[in-house]
Amino acid sequence: MSDPYKKDSGDTVPGEGEDGAASLRGYTLGLALALLLTGASFWVASTNLVWAPSVPVAIVVLAVAQMGVHLVFFLHVTTGPDNTNNVLALAFGTLVVLLVIVGSIWIMGHLSHGMAMDHAAMGNMP
Amino acid sequence: MSSAAGTSSDPHRLGHGRNEDDNQRDTTGHGQGGPASKRIVVGYGFWIYLLSDIVLFSAFFAAYAVLAHATAGGPSGPQIFTRTRVAVETVCLLLSSYCCGLASLGAERRSQLTTQLSLAATGLLGAAFLAIELSEFAELMARGATPTRSAFLSSFFALVGLHGLHVTIGLLWLGTMMAQTWVKGFRPAIMRRLLCFSLFWHALDIVWVGVFSIVYLLGSRA
Amino acid sequence: MLGKLDWSAIPFAQPIPLFAAGLVMLALLGAAIWVTRRGLWSYLWREWITSVDHKRIGIMYSMLALLMLLRGFIDAIMMRSQQSIAVHGAKGYLPPEHYDQIFSAHGTIMIFFGAMPFIIGLMNFVVPLQLGVRDVAFPTLNSVSFWLTASGALLVNMSLVIGEFARTGWLPYAPLSETTYSPGVGVDYYLWAIQISGAGTLMTGINLVTTILKMRTPGMSYMRMPMFCWTALGSNMLIVAAFPILTATLAMLTLDRYLGFHFFTNEAGGNMMMFVNLIWAWGHPEVYILILPAFGVFSEVFSTFSGKPLFGYRSMVAATLFIVVVSFFVWLHHFFTMGAGADVNAFFGIATSVIAVGTGVKIYNWLFTMVGGRLRFPTPMLWSLAFMVTFVVGGMTGVLMAVPPADFLLHNSMFLVAHFHNVIVGGVIFGAFAGYSFWFPKAFGFQLDERWGKRAFWPSLIGFVLTFGALYVVGLEGMTRRLQRTEVDDWIPWLHVALAGVGFMMLGVAAQAIQLYISIRDRERLRDLTGDPWDGRSLEWSTSSPPPAFNFAVMPDVRGEEAYWGMKRRAIEAQSLGDEPAYESIDMPRNSPTGIVTAFFATLIGFALIWQIWWLAILGFLGTYATFVVFAWRDRDEISVPVEEVTRIDRARRAARARHLGQNDEEPA
Repeated sequence: MSDPYKKDSGDTVPGEGEDGAASLRGYTLGLALALLLTGASFWVASTNLVWAPSVPVAIVVLAVAQMGVHLVFFLHVTTGPDNTNNVLALAFGTLVVLLVIVGSIWIMGHLSHGMAMDHAAMGNMP
Repeated sequence: MSSAAGTSSDPHRLGHGRNEDDNQRDTTGHGQGGPASKRIVVGYGFWIYLLSDIVLFSAFFAAYAVLAHATAGGPSGPQIFTRTRVAVETVCLLLSSYCCGLASLGAERRSQLTTQLSLAATGLLGAAFLAIELSEFAELMARGATPTRSAFLSSFFALVGLHGLHVTIGLLWLGTMMAQTWVKGFRPAIMRRLLCFSLFWHALDIVWVGVFSIVYLLGSRA
Repeated sequence: MLGKLDWSAIPFAQPIPLFAAGLVMLALLGAAIWVTRRGLWSYLWREWITSVDHKRIGIMYSMLALLMLLRGFIDAIMMRSQQSIAVHGAKGYLPPEHYDQIFSAHGTIMIFFGAMPFIIGLMNFVVPLQLGVRDVAFPTLNSVSFWLTASGALLVNMSLVIGEFARTGWLPYAPLSETTYSPGVGVDYYLWAIQISGAGTLMTGINLVTTILKMRTPGMSYMRMPMFCWTALGSNMLIVAAFPILTATLAMLTLDRYLGFHFFTNEAGGNMMMFVNLIWAWGHPEVYILILPAFGVFSEVFSTFSGKPLFGYRSMVAATLFIVVVSFFVWLHHFFTMGAGADVNAFFGIATSVIAVGTGVKIYNWLFTMVGGRLRFPTPMLWSLAFMVTFVVGGMTGVLMAVPPADFLLHNSMFLVAHFHNVIVGGVIFGAFAGYSFWFPKAFGFQLDERWGKRAFWPSLIGFVLTFGALYVVGLEGMTRRLQRTEVDDWIPWLHVALAGVGFMMLGVAAQAIQLYISIRDRERLRDLTGDPWDGRSLEWSTSSPPPAFNFAVMPDVRGEEAYWGMKRRAIEAQSLGDEPAYESIDMPRNSPTGIVTAFFATLIGFALIWQIWWLAILGFLGTYATFVVFAWRDRDEISVPVEEVTRIDRARRAARARHLGQNDEEPA
């Protein structure tokens, strides 16, 4: 297999970091952190010890943290010496994801409010 | 006009900055050093695909968020979601991801045994996840909570099912990957595909984190 | 056995589609006979159908686009003539259910199978050449993309004779598109055709983003990329980010239709406005997916034919990226009237007005590029100038409708129809024709006949202004879109003016066809010997016309902005091309039938699902998976072009250049 261009100095893709980033230790640490955050999420959702209105926020924060853990320890997006392209692409993707979800919730929420028929009422209609 | 006269200066270089000779040519990350290697190109292309896949999920997440309360008198989230089962599913998927990581390490060391065993474990754990998910779907349907019952259930089945579909396709891919690695060894092309597969498998975890947080944990609260 | 398919699917009672289909079949048969008699099948298979060469694929994309533009134009002729005839109680010649299919097919075909393939074809052909590389990042995937698009086009056109097409407009708004109101297969044809071609488009997006970001010749840093590459990057980023939303939305509608889900239905809590919301979250970026590469074409054309670098290159890059991001913030302006509150409408109204700033920056940059330049006016330049004038009008009416109160009056009127045709025809199609006439000599090695090019341009422009000028007026007079017949006397003269405009455009289309014929006939007279017919500035003009399969014998070494212009200057200054480079053999990707085989199974799956022939669909999926495995199993994916051949080809190119240099040493450019 010939590879015509052998000079990838300073360029990486997700999934392969600098030497040692993708190590057994890295994966194990990632797994431990992921399990810990998952556990925390489930605990927050089922316990009564946490002030109830803060629970959704806590779950979302924990989820974002866990996604970060996965990105760093499993996908290794941030360990390369030059990951500008990878991270910029990720940032653009995240922006679009947020726009679609938050935008839809905002627009559709406004609509049901403006039309004065919430979904529960709509659902009860024949 | 002689040819030399018109050459050296272009009088209209408006808005154009420097014309310096780059001495930092070697960084392919910025494209100055020529095309990147195949591994970089393939990995980056697949990374872009994963981002587009996440956008695909985001539309289903948006639909779920908007329709989550449209139960049409049918069962609602807290009535149908069981957290224990989701916890088991999550552990399956996380361990599967971990095994997938071990497979990449094995492939890096060119160890056929480690790679195959880790990939097999990855697949089995993934299949276990899928089996639990299917049993949940079957149980819900048996209780009358079918996707045709309400918009809420439609969006739930579609979102979770889409993730399950990805896992299924991943398992098919995993099977061919194991066969390829076995038959063809750790050639550069196979190594690139293993990289893509592991990216895909890890990315499915990220989506699952979103699913269990938003659908199951938030959705099981009254 | 055959699902819903039986003989009643063939519209024996309707003469128009049957006649049209017969004509198409005859043409296809004729082409097949011609190819067989000339013994060209193996040539076609080897050099085109299984080709993974980005240039060939780009050309095939453009050919598909030209065919589909013609098909969509015929729909347009039928609509305009129907509306001119069906007044004063006359019924016209198109019954309502047929008329509805025609406007749906017109929009679907023009956007998805006319404009998109044209733009993608241009990007495919030009981007690797401009970046100085030998192919795109994933050549086989590129072939799969093209054939999937062709498969979608085939399904849409099949609906003409087998079954029916959707009657729900180019975007199948729910709940009209649900099974309750559209029980036939029309919407299903739409769904599967768009899903299949959409998958192809998404792959193209991934492919070109990766190509532009990771595969550039040495020295081609971001700020040295030609403007067209920047706009192509923007467009493909939008494809990658937006097309999944389309796929998701149509998948939800598919679930509603096939499995009784309730995403967008009237009952069980479904929310039809969610469809409109999601589809436009894709739909607005889609507009910019189409127009950004056209902006790139105009940038290249203005700079080349002004003999100057593009004015404000950096601001142009910034404006492009600004449009890429902001295009995701404006989608609600397509449905101001749906009933969201003032906050929402105000936000999206302002965002819509803001996005016009980016385009404004570009217009000024093009104007200043021409100021003080040595202007030439060949056909590509004419299309570009016409774009500037007409697009400003189209943009202005867009900003007008970005104001929610104004939009409440104009929503779904013919004014809106005139507006988006004004920007899409005046922007995208003029851009595509500018690019077509600009890069044609690069693709085929001979120029298009200029006289017929101008004869095609002027009637097209006049027809365009007449048609859509008249539609603006009837829109302001209150005519809504998609009317099969009308009863208002005031509109009649304007509808006739619009029809007259279509007549002019027909002349333009005919002239384009004649131009192509004449150019092929006189190709020796029009031969482009040097590879640089327009005195170009970017790398595609540095290789021969048509370029060899490997594009560049030696990867160009870029030392500044406007890579080729600099090389040319140095060569003219030194009166020599420099020393002959050391040639090496070149590894090129090997041809592969993967693309057409995948598309064959995709067509099978699509057709089977439309008619609910389940066993055939399963067969199709198995075939696709088998294709995937076979492709993954292949051992050799590259062929080597021997160094002797590289040397021979490049020496011929250098000889032609050297002759040209000797002849033209008196001329500065």
